Amino acid sequence: MARMTMIQAIRSAMDNSMERDDNVVVFGEDVGFFGGVFRCTQDLQEKYGSHRCFDSPINESGIIGAAIGMAAYGLRPCVEIQFADYMYPGYDQITQEASRIRFRSNNDFTVPMVVRMPTGGGIFGGQTHSQSPEALFAHVSGIKTVIPSNPYDAKGLLIASIEDEDPVMFLEPKRLYNGPFDGHHDRPITPWSKHELGDVPDDHYTVPLGKAAIRREGEEVTVLAYGTMVYVAEAAAAETGVDAEIIDLRTILPLDLETVEASVRKTGRCVIVHEATKTCGFGAELMAVVTEGCFYHLEAPIIRVTGYDTPYPHAHEWDYFPGPKRVGDALKKVMEAA
Amino acid sequence: MSEHKPLSLHVPEPEFRPGDKPDFSDVPIPQAGAADMPPIDVSADDIRDLAYTIIRVMNRDGDAVGPWANMLSDDQVKEGLEDMLRVRAFDARMQMAQRQGKTSFYMQALGEEAIACAFHKALEPGDMNFPTYRQQGLLLSTDYPMVDMMNQIYSNAADPLKGRQLPIMYSSKEHGFFTISGNLATQFVQGVGWAMASAIKGDTKIAASWIGDGSTAESDFHSALVFASTYRAPVVLNIVNNQWAISTYQGIARGKAATFASRGLGFGIPALRVDGNDYLAVYAVSKWAVDRARAGHGPTLIEHVTYRVGAHSTSDDPSAYRPKEESDMWPLGDPVERLKSYLIKRGVWSEARHVQMREMLEQQIADAQKAAEKNGTLHDGPHSSPREMFEDVFAEMPLHLRRQRQEAGV
Repeated sequence: MARMTMIQAIRSAMDNSMERDDNVVVFGEDVGFFGGVFRCTQDLQEKYGSHRCFDSPINESGIIGAAIGMAAYGLRPCVEIQFADYMYPGYDQITQEASRIRFRSNNDFTVPMVVRMPTGGGIFGGQTHSQSPEALFAHVSGIKTVIPSNPYDAKGLLIASIEDEDPVMFLEPKRLYNGPFDGHHDRPITPWSKHELGDVPDDHYTVPLGKAAIRREGEEVTVLAYGTMVYVAEAAAAETGVDAEIIDLRTILPLDLETVEASVRKTGRCVIVHEATKTCGFGAELMAVVTEGCFYHLEAPIIRVTGYDTPYPHAHEWDYFPGPKRVGDALKKVMEAA
Repeated sequence: MSEHKPLSLHVPEPEFRPGDKPDFSDVPIPQAGAADMPPIDVSADDIRDLAYTIIRVMNRDGDAVGPWANMLSDDQVKEGLEDMLRVRAFDARMQMAQRQGKTSFYMQALGEEAIACAFHKALEPGDMNFPTYRQQGLLLSTDYPMVDMMNQIYSNAADPLKGRQLPIMYSSKEHGFFTISGNLATQFVQGVGWAMASAIKGDTKIAASWIGDGSTAESDFHSALVFASTYRAPVVLNIVNNQWAISTYQGIARGKAATFASRGLGFGIPALRVDGNDYLAVYAVSKWAVDRARAGHGPTLIEHVTYRVGAHSTSDDPSAYRPKEESDMWPLGDPVERLKSYLIKRGVWSEARHVQMREMLEQQIADAQKAAEKNGTLHDGPHSSPREMFEDVFAEMPLHLRRQRQEAGV
C-alpha cells in the first residue's frame, strides 16, 4: 500500500497488467521513451521493452485501428490518446469497428482493447485540451465507458478494463491527476497524499466495471456525478448543508441502474452534474433513466448542472466550469420545490 | 483589379461516358516478362520503376515468360483455374438469387477473380486477410463451405453470423478471413495492427490488407502506410484498382498524377504494380511480397490493375455512367480465358475439360444453394431468433440490454 497520485495509480495498473500478461501492450503519442505528456507510462518502456511500450505516429485512427487489429490477433492493447479532444480522427474506428466486431462476427473476432484519454477541463487547456466527450461513447452500442474519480478506483478500474473482453473507453479527468479538485480554483490544491482514496495497493486488484460508488450517503437529494464533479458536489453539499446522497457513477456505460434508481426512490430528488455541454450530454440520458424508473417517487423536477452549450472557453474557464456555487444553487432549488 | 487571371477548379472526368466509343490504345501495356524480379530485401528506392510499370507473365500467345514465370506447377495452376471458375459461377448464381428476391444485396467479382484466388495461394495457414467486399475469392479458394456463405447471404436460420450482418460480409478466423466491415478503408490499418501483433509476439504469421482504388482517398489508407512503414510490419498492402468506385472513375482518387502503387514510395515501402488479370503474375508478385513480409523485411504495397466488369453491387447500373462496351475493350483481357489458354498451350488442358469443370462447379453450387434454401431465405425466412440481436453486443449482457430484450418480448 502506498499513497499515489492518479498518475502513479494508472501507471501502476499498466505495470501490474504488463507484468502479469505478455499480451498487454501500450502505445500512443509520446508514451515510450518520454513516458507520456502526463507521465502515465513513465518507465514502462524501460521495464518491458520497446516492443511492448512504444511511441506512435500522430494518427489517432491509426492508433485505434492498429489496436483493433492487435486485439483481434489476441493481444490486449492499452493505448493512449493524448487528450480526449484528439480522439475524433479515431472515432470511426471506435464506433463502427471496435464496437461491432464481436456482434457482426458472432464472436469469431473480439476486441479486448482499452483506449485511455485525459478528459475534462480545469487546467486552462482551452477548447482543444478540455473537452468531455463521454456522451459520444455512451451513445454507441458495444463499448464501455469508464471515468474514475480517484487513484484507488483509477487503478482497479483500469486493470478491470484491460482484463475486460470488450473495448473500453477509459476517460481520466486530468484535473484530478494530482489531487481531488472541488472547483474552488482560487484555493490551494489538495494533493492525493492527503486523501484516503490516494491509498493504493501496489499489487493487482480490480474495481468492477458497471458499479457506482456512493461517496456520501444522504436522505434529501441524490446527486449523480462522475470524475471531477464528485468533489464539486461534495463541496456544494457541505457548503449548503443539504443532506445529499452523492453517487460517483464510475462507469457510465453500462450504467449502474439499480444503485441510481434505489437512491432516487429513497430521496425523491435528483441533481445531475457534469462538465460536458448540456444538450444531449450524458445528463440527458440520466434524466431520462431517472424519469422512467423513478417518476412516481420524485418530489421536484430534476435539475442538470453542466457546462454550457458553447465551445470550451479559455479566459472564461471558471465561468464555464460548473463549480460548487452553481451545484449548491441547484441543491437549494431542488429542496425548495414542493 | 488584380493583375492575375482568375483561377478555375479542375475536376477530372473519365475519357469515356455512355455513348462514347472507348479506346484504350494509349494505355501503355508493357511486354510480358519485361519486369525484373528483385531480391525480397530490396529497398523501395531501388525498384521505383516497378511502381509505374505493369508486371506481366502471360503474353498474348498464352506463354509464361520472364523472371516472374514458372513459380507454380501445372496442377497448382489448374487449381487456380478451378478457384476462379468457382468464384464466377458462385457470383452468377447469387446475383440471380438476389434478382429473384431471395436476398437484399450481392456483389460480384466478375473480371477480378484472379486477384483474390492467386493471392490466397501465396499465403500459409494462420495468415490473416483483412478483406473488402470483393475478395470472396479468398474464401472460395479454401474449404469454407459454400453452403455457409449462402446461409450468410440469405440471412437464414443457419447463417453463421445469425442474421446480423449485410450479405457477403463473411467472417472466418479459421480460414484467415477477418470479419468484413462494409466501411471502406478501416480494415486497411487493422491488418497492419494484426501484423504488428504477430511481430510483437515473435510469431511467423503475416497479414494482408485490402482496399479499392477509390478508398485509397480515405485517411485510413495513409494511417496504414505510416504505421506499416514505421514499424516495418509483416503485412502485404493490396490495392485492387478496378478503375471504378461505383460511378466514380479512379481519376477522382488520384488524378493523372501518379499510380496508386507509387504512393508507397514516399513511405519507403516497396511498391509493385501487377497485371491483376494475369493469375500467374498476381501469384508471383504476391508470393514475393508474402515471403518478404515473413522474412522480416517489412511491408509491400501491391497495386493490382484490373477492371470491374460487373456493376458495383446489385444496387447500380453501370450503363448509366460508362460505355457498355468498355469492359470488352479493356486491354488486359479476361483472367479466366487467359489462364485457360495458358494451360491449353502447355498441353495439360482442353476446351472440353474446361466445360466439364465449369459444369461440375455449377452443379456443386446448385446443390449448395438447394441445401442453403432449406434453411430459409431473407424474405421468406426462417431467420434466427430476434433474441440474437441482443446477444454478443457485449461478452455479458448488461442490465439495460436485458431490460430492452424483455420489452421486446424475445
